[in-house]
Amino acid sequence: MRIPIRALLTLTVLALAGCGGTGATAGNTTPSNAAAAPATSSSAVLTIKDPWVKAAKAGAMTAAFGVLVNDTAAEVTVVSAESPASPMELHEMTMKGGKMVMQPKQGGFVIKAKSTHELNPGGDHLMLMKPDAEIAAGDEVSFTLELADGSTVAFTAIAKPFAGAGESYDPGMSMPSAAQ
Amino acid sequence: MGTATVPFHGPRQAGVAQDPPAHAAFVAFTLATGTDRRALGRMLRLLSDDAARLTQGTPALGDTDATLATLPARLSVTFGFGPGLYRAAGLASPVADLPKFPIDRLEKRWSGGDLLLQICSDDPLTVAHTQRMLVKDARPFAAVRWVQQGFRRSPGVQAPGHTQRNVLGQLDGTANPRGAEVDTAVWNPDGSTTLVLRRIRAEIEKWDLLSGTDKENATGRRLASGAPLSGTGEHDEPDFTALDDAGLPTMPDYAHVTRARVTDPAQKILRRPYNYDGVPDALGRPDAGLLFASYQRDIARQFVPIQQRLADKDLLNQWITPIGSAVFAVPPGCPEGGWIGQQALG
Repeated sequence: MRIPIRALLTLTVLALAGCGGTGATAGNTTPSNAAAAPATSSSAVLTIKDPWVKAAKAGAMTAAFGVLVNDTAAEVTVVSAESPASPMELHEMTMKGGKMVMQPKQGGFVIKAKSTHELNPGGDHLMLMKPDAEIAAGDEVSFTLELADGSTVAFTAIAKPFAGAGESYDPGMSMPSAAQ
Repeated sequence: MGTATVPFHGPRQAGVAQDPPAHAAFVAFTLATGTDRRALGRMLRLLSDDAARLTQGTPALGDTDATLATLPARLSVTFGFGPGLYRAAGLASPVADLPKFPIDRLEKRWSGGDLLLQICSDDPLTVAHTQRMLVKDARPFAAVRWVQQGFRRSPGVQAPGHTQRNVLGQLDGTANPRGAEVDTAVWNPDGSTTLVLRRIRAEIEKWDLLSGTDKENATGRRLASGAPLSGTGEHDEPDFTALDDAGLPTMPDYAHVTRARVTDPAQKILRRPYNYDGVPDALGRPDAGLLFASYQRDIARQFVPIQQRLADKDLLNQWITPIGSAVFAVPPGCPEGGWIGQQALG
């Protein structure tokens, strides 16, 4: 396991059923942002819109998606992601040997000034390598993105049943494929 | 028309008081074993989020066909909770199944249900996409029990606000509560209401045998105008004391309108019906009728007495047969970030 354990200690607890998710939506005014969570770090250079995570059984790889929004005049780089639910990696999809596989994104996700960066099935995504427990449909899962300047962006994503996003994983080294 | 929206969030759910769009799917679910109160909360949070987005013309999260979400055409998604949902949550149900009526020929495939989603839009493709998205997100929690699809004339064909015409050619809903009466008849102070959905088969082959006059006597209204037989305009008050040349009541006492009549606004029901028309059999006999959706504060106090009077004596019973029946509590609406059912289940 390549995810440092210390990363898990700094995180907020999992928000599970029954909380209603109202906290995550405070300040939003449009329905399209109903599940979006504004950045909570003081810098707030980056926000994520419409976050969601694919529901998965315990131990099964899964992924989180959304739209990274950089409203600042400077480029922002996401260098890592953390969640109390699972060790995480930043992934991209790439063509290898004639088929699309996912692999760790070297250098992280770069979001240009005043632009957005979509994380979606079949594209860049936040990979949950091995969830400790089942992530059931409707669960709310906490995440924290770490940016290149050391600041963090926390958000909550709702878990959706989703049949797609079952891409093959190519870690580029020795790990066997663990895609479901 | 395609981009028209109906607000999803608010103290009352959408899809009840609004003028009904042209197309509807009533989708009932049976909860899976193990869908308890916590799981219901997870399910309803997901479905509420889907509905909040789709009704505003925004794709749902993880929407695999996002292009189908862009023309809501007055899309509404209304949630109803059957007695079984409250049982699963360990709560007392505010609604109970209807008593049995002698006219009923109920079929299990059109009856009951733990959760109902009433999906309405002026565009059937939007209804189809919304239904698909909601069914997918409900699947970990519940199985599809039945789907009943219905239609009315669309606003492009006939101006909104018209009384709908059913497959027997009758105007249907003339006596609905209007204006302030709707609050009295439909809405509880907490923003909740109830829904009775009856699938009523039209015996059109038998109806075809009647003359126009016989048809009008069965309902008590003129077919073309919807006017009571005692009057000239659709919204004229029926005069049950009026006599014809032979000294008989102009409004026959066995007529549908006479039997269903309610004057106290607190006892009225809000009919929001849709027609259905399936595939005729090899002999050309239609499978058609009405999805009779009735909203009221209290089923036992408002719906049941009317249905009982109709079951006891209504000439129209010869040409209509209830073949499906279900009751649902319609919980209050929710604010942005909230979910339908949060007050009871959260």
